[in-house]
Amino acid sequence: MSRYADLVLTLLAAAFVLALSWAVPWLRFVMTIAIAKGLAVLGILLLLRAGQVSFGHALYLSLAAYVVAFMAARIPEVLLLLPLAAVVAASIGLLVGLFVSRYRAIFFGMLNLALSMVFYSMLDKFYEVTRGGDGIRVPVTSFAGVVLSPDQQSWALLILALVLAVGFGAFVRLYLLSPMGSALSALKTREARLEFMGIPARRILLSAYVLSAFMAGCGGALIALSTRHVTPALAYWTASGELVFIAILGGAGSVFGPFLGALAYELTRTYAAALVADAWQMILGTVLLVVILFAPGGLWGIGRALVVRGRQA
Amino acid sequence: MSTKDEMRSDILTRRAALAALGVGALALSGRRVQAQAGKPDEIKVGIATYLSGPASVFGVPARQAAELLIEELNAAGGIAGVKLRPIFFDEGPGVDHFVAEYRRLVQSEKVDLMFAAISSADCLACAPIAEEMKRPTLLWDCSTQRIFEEAHYDYVFRTIGNSTPEVLAPVLYLLKYKPNFSTVAVVNQDYVWGRDSWTMFKTIVERLKPGVRVVAEMFPRFGATDYSSEVTRLLATKPDVVFNASWGGDLDTFIRQAADRKLLERSLFVLPLGESSLERVGKSLPPGHIIGARGDHWFLHPSPEDAKRLAAFTENFRKRTGVYPIYPCFHMAQAVFAMKAAYEKALVTKGGVWPTDAELAAAFKGLQFPSLTSPVKIREDGQGLANMLVGTTVADPKYSFPILADMVVFPGEMVTTPVGKSSFEWLKTLEPDILSRVPQPVTSRG
Amino acid sequence: MGWLGDNGMLLGLAMLDGLSYAAAVFMVAVGLNLVFGVMHVLNVAHGSLYAIGGYAAASLSLFLIARGMPPWLSIPSLVVSSAIVGAILGPPIERLLRSVSGQEEVLQLLVTFALFMILEDLQKLVWGVQPVVSDAPVKLLGTIDVPFGRDAIPFTSYQLFLLPGVALVTLIGLAWFLRRTLAGRMIVAVTVDREAARAMGINAGKVMLLTFTAGAALAALGGALASPTTSLVPGIGASTIVLSFAVVATAGLGQIEGAALTALMIGLGRSLAVYFAPEFEVVVPYFIMVSVLLVRPQGLFAVPETRRI
Repeated sequence: MSRYADLVLTLLAAAFVLALSWAVPWLRFVMTIAIAKGLAVLGILLLLRAGQVSFGHALYLSLAAYVVAFMAARIPEVLLLLPLAAVVAASIGLLVGLFVSRYRAIFFGMLNLALSMVFYSMLDKFYEVTRGGDGIRVPVTSFAGVVLSPDQQSWALLILALVLAVGFGAFVRLYLLSPMGSALSALKTREARLEFMGIPARRILLSAYVLSAFMAGCGGALIALSTRHVTPALAYWTASGELVFIAILGGAGSVFGPFLGALAYELTRTYAAALVADAWQMILGTVLLVVILFAPGGLWGIGRALVVRGRQA
Repeated sequence: MSTKDEMRSDILTRRAALAALGVGALALSGRRVQAQAGKPDEIKVGIATYLSGPASVFGVPARQAAELLIEELNAAGGIAGVKLRPIFFDEGPGVDHFVAEYRRLVQSEKVDLMFAAISSADCLACAPIAEEMKRPTLLWDCSTQRIFEEAHYDYVFRTIGNSTPEVLAPVLYLLKYKPNFSTVAVVNQDYVWGRDSWTMFKTIVERLKPGVRVVAEMFPRFGATDYSSEVTRLLATKPDVVFNASWGGDLDTFIRQAADRKLLERSLFVLPLGESSLERVGKSLPPGHIIGARGDHWFLHPSPEDAKRLAAFTENFRKRTGVYPIYPCFHMAQAVFAMKAAYEKALVTKGGVWPTDAELAAAFKGLQFPSLTSPVKIREDGQGLANMLVGTTVADPKYSFPILADMVVFPGEMVTTPVGKSSFEWLKTLEPDILSRVPQPVTSRG
Repeated sequence: MGWLGDNGMLLGLAMLDGLSYAAAVFMVAVGLNLVFGVMHVLNVAHGSLYAIGGYAAASLSLFLIARGMPPWLSIPSLVVSSAIVGAILGPPIERLLRSVSGQEEVLQLLVTFALFMILEDLQKLVWGVQPVVSDAPVKLLGTIDVPFGRDAIPFTSYQLFLLPGVALVTLIGLAWFLRRTLAGRMIVAVTVDREAARAMGINAGKVMLLTFTAGAALAALGGALASPTTSLVPGIGASTIVLSFAVVATAGLGQIEGAALTALMIGLGRSLAVYFAPEFEVVVPYFIMVSVLLVRPQGLFAVPETRRI
């Protein structure tokens, strides 16, 4: 789609999110969480381009969330905490990436899962520091030096999430169109050919990996700041699975996919839970199954197909 | 209207809401400001409980108890003529979803009251939100002592005891009535409660019976399926006492695997949450072990305030579910009874005018309300003072599982950390004379 | 007795527990490994099949006992119920997987993730949330005293003989089947190169159906074997998956012997940890996995893969 159309669509989507959050106050929180998860999913999408599925990206999300929880008492400022948490996540991402970028396919996925599960166990294990499963309360933080009321703070966080989503969305779109992005796709089809051209495949994957950790870190920080309570469950393998789930639900074909998927996921889950409190998993599973079987391009793919058909008609 | 109809209309409104989301009609209902004047048409209660995952072992029976009690209450005219409508939601998906649901129920469903939650993490997460949204919230089952020891709340109240009395009572029972031991070991689930309860156990024993040796400290994974290594080590080190504060499937599995290998014949087990597993493990658990119930929750309580009420509830619950009620059912009953008592108290204070949220919240402070067993009082800090029952297992031909004998009902004041003190500090200052105040054991009409 | 003697004997006890736990871990992972080797699908629903296998076995044996049948029947019923679960759930899941087989591998994985979510609730609807157990087989086989100094430590025969026995039979049986029978060799052929196998006239579809059904039955058998000693609760599948994934990644693609060796390492490692470093019991499987993959990036028993250009 053209750049112009994408821009219009972005503005429309942002306006829709803001309007809905104004009209239905409880949705504001759900939307913030959804966009935060969308940021992490954007990283998953990047790795998917390289044909690699990380089943452990909840590691970076939860790591950043815990950084926020620990540091909020010392640096009670959102605009400092968020980048700090994201940088910590990216640094650990670099360390881990140096190790896991040697692996492909299942081994890549499993090592990521294993490391996130080790982190999960550590959060529980060192409970004197992390307070284990009880989790840590995130103290009140200021926004750009101003201490806002809870209501204003939730608006500020939503807008921050939107800004980050638009920024990273645009960046990833450029990234994928750049030679780096083409190299990622090449890594998926025939990695050896890439090597023959003198392009170091590992470094290509590593840079995408660190970027994905950074974005997951931003998402995790936003989740910690809006939930204001972090627990080890954020790092459990099902949380990582959820991110991959959202990537496919939204569609891996476009940078809109992750956010569309995350919104659809959170809303489906909320309504499924309200409709049948004890069988929401079944509903969610069925939705995913239907999307995979009948619309493998995800929700974004469906939307696009509709638009294309509309134009033809 | 029967509950089924209510549930259907409940689903219909949500379905309508779901449809409206696209159209934007929900937008209007969402922003409407709630007017608080006069009697409402109904009292909506949001109830957070586990409906999925391992803790649904407690969550589902509690939900069944809530449905039963609210049906009975509505059949008797509700609270001051206003019927109740429960809205259940699942704690299974984690804290962020729980917080989202909490906000949704307050802002969209306009619940009047919240019962939350089983998980301590959920309670810690929602207490400040309750305060922020000024929504009266009853902590109905979580046990963490941190809530009221670390912060002050005006809208949050606990209608049960907390982890300190839940550990202290069984340990005092052990020290008073089975004092001939010199070695102990622990097998607890590897998470906060498992660790905290063991720290408390050690602190109390060090203080009141110095010189006891710890021979093994084991913390298997939460949800472990195999305890053979732990059991072997216990058989090899032969501790006099084995402390295990696990619950649910984990406790069942541990008891069975220990029983299969005769460990229960060699060591005395102290199980603070044992009551909830008795019916399921049945005869695997031999006589003579110490059982707690996270309160005085026992369907054969030796001295209930209203014996008929307890018997009727047990009977009705069994009719509905086929099993005896376990402690989460009693906890749920306490939340329901506390809610009723608070409304009635507030109505009296206001001379019959329906109370606002703030007035309702104020009514919970210092409230004394009945439970299925003995009355509970909510202290000025929001913490409930509830009695603790501890007993020893005994076989009874009338039941297919062990029941409790030599029961001691500890008064809540005796075993609960005083207002303003930290539990861990307070336990360090226990004086040996507390043992002389332990009540006499009684064996009830079985 | 000296420190060394005491610890030596404890070590002996730890080995016994380690072996039986290894057998359990092997049974949990072997089905997943088989399926992964042939179909290249990481089956997340494996955990659900494990849980359902356990519930089904417990239900069948409780039913038999309630009907007044002789209790020894509860032992063969473990196998029978697993075969039934495999036969009922295996083929439809395989069919679903095949419908997305032309597309990216991650889609197949997500199909199993979706199935996992659905089965998780389904199992709750069928068996409720109260822990389920049927310990007839354990009670039936009784205990055996293992001498320990002047003392004797009782072990259940179920743990000491039946569990490792079944694991050994499964291991040898599978190895024999895969190497010595035509059907087995077809499976191996498809594992190594699906296209080439097809070109040689092997009906890859049939092989996959067979393998997946067998894998599902083995997953169910893993659960069934746990059911006499473990209380089955909601969520038991989710924690099983992680363990079996770790085994498969450590073992290498579809390597049955690799899975056995990995299970042995995890079993003994965990058992030793309980005695000598209980703090680290939880991370043992991950520790083993990461150390193995550091040295051998394709797993213990990696099949060297030709680089495709």
